[in-house]
Amino acid sequence: MSARTRELFALIPVGLLVTAGFTAIFITQSEQLGNLSVLYGGYFLALCVAAHFVIRARLPDADPFLFPLVALLAAFGVVMLYRLDEGLARNQANWFVLGLLLFSLTIFFLRDYEALERYRYLIALTGIGLLMLPRVPGIGAQTNDAFLAIKFGAVTFQPTEIAKIAIVVFLASYLNERREVLVVGARNVAGIVLPPLKHLGPLLVVWGAAMFMLVFIRDLGSSLMFFGAFLAMIYVATARISFVLVGVLMFVIGSWFFASTIGHVQERFDIWLDPFNEAEGNGFQIAQSLFAQADGGLFGRGLGESLVQLPKCSGDFPNQCAILPAPHTDVIYAVIVNELGLFGAGAVVLIYALIAERGFKTAVLAEDGFSKLLATGLTSIFALQAFVIIGGVTRVIPLTGVTLPFISYGGSSIVANFILLALLLLISDKARRRLRREEAQA
Amino acid sequence: MNTQIVKLFGFILILYALLFGFTSYWSIFDADNLEANTANKRPLLEEERIDRGEILAHDEKTVIARSVPKGEGDAQIYVRQYPEGDLYGNPIGYSYVERGRVGTELDHNDELVGNKTEFLSILDELQGHQQEGSTLVSSLDPEAQQTALDALGGQKGSVVAMVPSTGEIRAMVNVPTYDPNDIPQDYAELNSDRNAPLFNRATQAGYQPGSTMKLVTATAALDSGEADPDTTLSGRSPVEISGVPLENSGGEQFGEIDMTTALTNSVNTWWAQMGEQLGTDTMYKYMDRFGFNEEPPLDYPDFQLAISGEYADGKVLDAGSDQIDVGRMAIGQDKLNVTPLQMAMVVSAIANDGELMEPRLWSKTIDPDGREEEMSPDRQSRVMSDDTANAITSMMQDVVNEGTGTAAALSGIDVAGKTGTAEIDIENNVNQAWFVGFAPADDPDIAVAATVERTSGFGGTVAAPIAKQVMEVILGEEGD
Repeated sequence: MSARTRELFALIPVGLLVTAGFTAIFITQSEQLGNLSVLYGGYFLALCVAAHFVIRARLPDADPFLFPLVALLAAFGVVMLYRLDEGLARNQANWFVLGLLLFSLTIFFLRDYEALERYRYLIALTGIGLLMLPRVPGIGAQTNDAFLAIKFGAVTFQPTEIAKIAIVVFLASYLNERREVLVVGARNVAGIVLPPLKHLGPLLVVWGAAMFMLVFIRDLGSSLMFFGAFLAMIYVATARISFVLVGVLMFVIGSWFFASTIGHVQERFDIWLDPFNEAEGNGFQIAQSLFAQADGGLFGRGLGESLVQLPKCSGDFPNQCAILPAPHTDVIYAVIVNELGLFGAGAVVLIYALIAERGFKTAVLAEDGFSKLLATGLTSIFALQAFVIIGGVTRVIPLTGVTLPFISYGGSSIVANFILLALLLLISDKARRRLRREEAQA
Repeated sequence: MNTQIVKLFGFILILYALLFGFTSYWSIFDADNLEANTANKRPLLEEERIDRGEILAHDEKTVIARSVPKGEGDAQIYVRQYPEGDLYGNPIGYSYVERGRVGTELDHNDELVGNKTEFLSILDELQGHQQEGSTLVSSLDPEAQQTALDALGGQKGSVVAMVPSTGEIRAMVNVPTYDPNDIPQDYAELNSDRNAPLFNRATQAGYQPGSTMKLVTATAALDSGEADPDTTLSGRSPVEISGVPLENSGGEQFGEIDMTTALTNSVNTWWAQMGEQLGTDTMYKYMDRFGFNEEPPLDYPDFQLAISGEYADGKVLDAGSDQIDVGRMAIGQDKLNVTPLQMAMVVSAIANDGELMEPRLWSKTIDPDGREEEMSPDRQSRVMSDDTANAITSMMQDVVNEGTGTAAALSGIDVAGKTGTAEIDIENNVNQAWFVGFAPADDPDIAVAATVERTSGFGGTVAAPIAKQVMEVILGEEGD
């Protein structure tokens, strides 16, 4: 069976899942079974099949599992959102269409992704510029004290989502070029192997950027995700665990310093350490998120059965009557645990792990350093994003405002992650085509 | 680079395992704690949507508590109603989202809301059943309740009636009582009322037992072999007990008298000397067997159950304490604080041939499919031998026939009993009046403890008539 046929078959369960999910919600919410659920499922499946044909036409050798796994997440997401608010699900579906469009465009116009290397400094600048946009007066928008979004009229956009791709592309190219000098010139200072000073500069810049994000856009989650991906890439590029340890140390010192000087970050830490102390105040969201998970148990309450709003309370979505604030973005994972239980949530975590596996597999198969580092970086930042937000909801780390990729509501996240996926598939196609030819010759 | 990539994947897997571990901690292992967290409104909101089971009286006809639907569709909730008003206020308690639950409503919450194990509730969900509560049949008898409330007639106090052979409580009444229907609106007012209507006197009040305690002393004396009904001691007054002179009621003088006479006439000096002879250890041994010094095993919330015993600084004294005046304890004075429930347990044990049954406020549950589960009586302890129980019963019959408890006599039925009058404020003539007893004496169907607080009357004049009426109505029903 060819890779593409395998991919097509893998999409069938995705379509079934969406249909089953919508059916379950129709039953719990209106006590009747409409044929609308089949319609939604069919529509979703048709979109996926269309994307499949794009991949089939342009990237015939690309990894067959990546796209179905992502489609599975998106199916999960759109069902959960439909359950929370019909309007949100419709918007999300539109974003999904736009995401697939950009996904296709990326595949069509970036066949030779190595061309990106040539523009790396431009890309880096664009990335940093995007990161700064939310602080630009007039278009910047603040949510929960963090500056993550920009606003054009009614449309809000989170530039960090696109910036993460730009920065990974830059780092992959930069580290690929410098990795040898970073290793060869390394010196042993007081038992710690440090990279040579003149090459340390750019690394300090990245560390500085992460700290800058912490201070400037005040988001611990994003800076954790960016810096984590950076350390993952430097580790793969240099094979020096000491670089990573130094980096972690610098990050800890930096965030500790800012945590104790910036009220917002400090507060996040306090809530994390003791959410029940102010369960009615600042700790409300995390405490309620934990209560919702406790309510889920092993198998959950069933789709549509989670209590996200107080009964007998009417107000504008989302927060007025919420017993679980921001159920469609920050704490959507808690809703999943509540409704589908530990089993459902475990399945979601497993899908992310499988995507990571396919991504790293792509990195292993890739031939050249840039491709390897790029695949590593994209996979790491994607996997870490899921970790940062799920970890926040489950109190592994402080709760921050990054999105759960492909599941939580948010157009920029969907669009950016589809571009990320397109890049991974491009790398995968090239690597596997080479392998196929080698096998054919042998 | 490939080795590093594989290692990196391993690291990501560790992170994800951490996520799964934490998720299982919150959703499974710590779930009970989180559900009990006061900031967590989910369990209450959830249970508001469940058709909570009815609570019926022992006749299975009288509805004590029921749930009525309010609102429609998704917004439908159930609200508790108590058709009998204040008659069952204290033992049954209430259940409201605003004020939580107390009493039987709290202790039997799991049955009333139909809580099951996770596995069974999943089966139910798969079958599309909605969670429904079971009906709880209380052990309380409507006529006994009404009679006790009427008999108290507005005097503050408490009545507990118990079936000696099963431990079922047939009556538990306090004055003042309250109407659970008023709780959502008037809680603050009821809670600050000086007469403490929300306080369940039957299980929470620490009263001086007065001479009813002599039944415990008599049990200890006879069952330990220290004395028999014919043992004589001097009944003169006063006698020095723990270095302080003790007088009989009204300074009455008796000569060398036996135990039966001493109990019939409730001679303080006789029983105080007996208490000193027995000593603290023997007294405590029998008090423990009667259920003193520990929380009674009633199906009732812990915070609504008081321990009966000798108290100092709010703590129960153990047998080794030098603060105990065993002579005065033997006649129900000293530092004794006992609940009406405890005294009902004392007479119940004597009535049941020396065997104390665990007290119970329920008789049966009926689940939504009609399956019934009967309460199975449990023995709490063997307090005394058959012979001891019989000897004390016959002395208690004398109390009712010719002693201080004649007001409890029923025509045609032998009653065994003991009065008690603890002097709370001698100058102002304020007493705690008691009557404890059971009937019929030879084969008891019901044991009763009745007490009236801060009265100028005596156990024999105030409490005995109340106990008599309650016994009469319960025995009348048994005969039907």
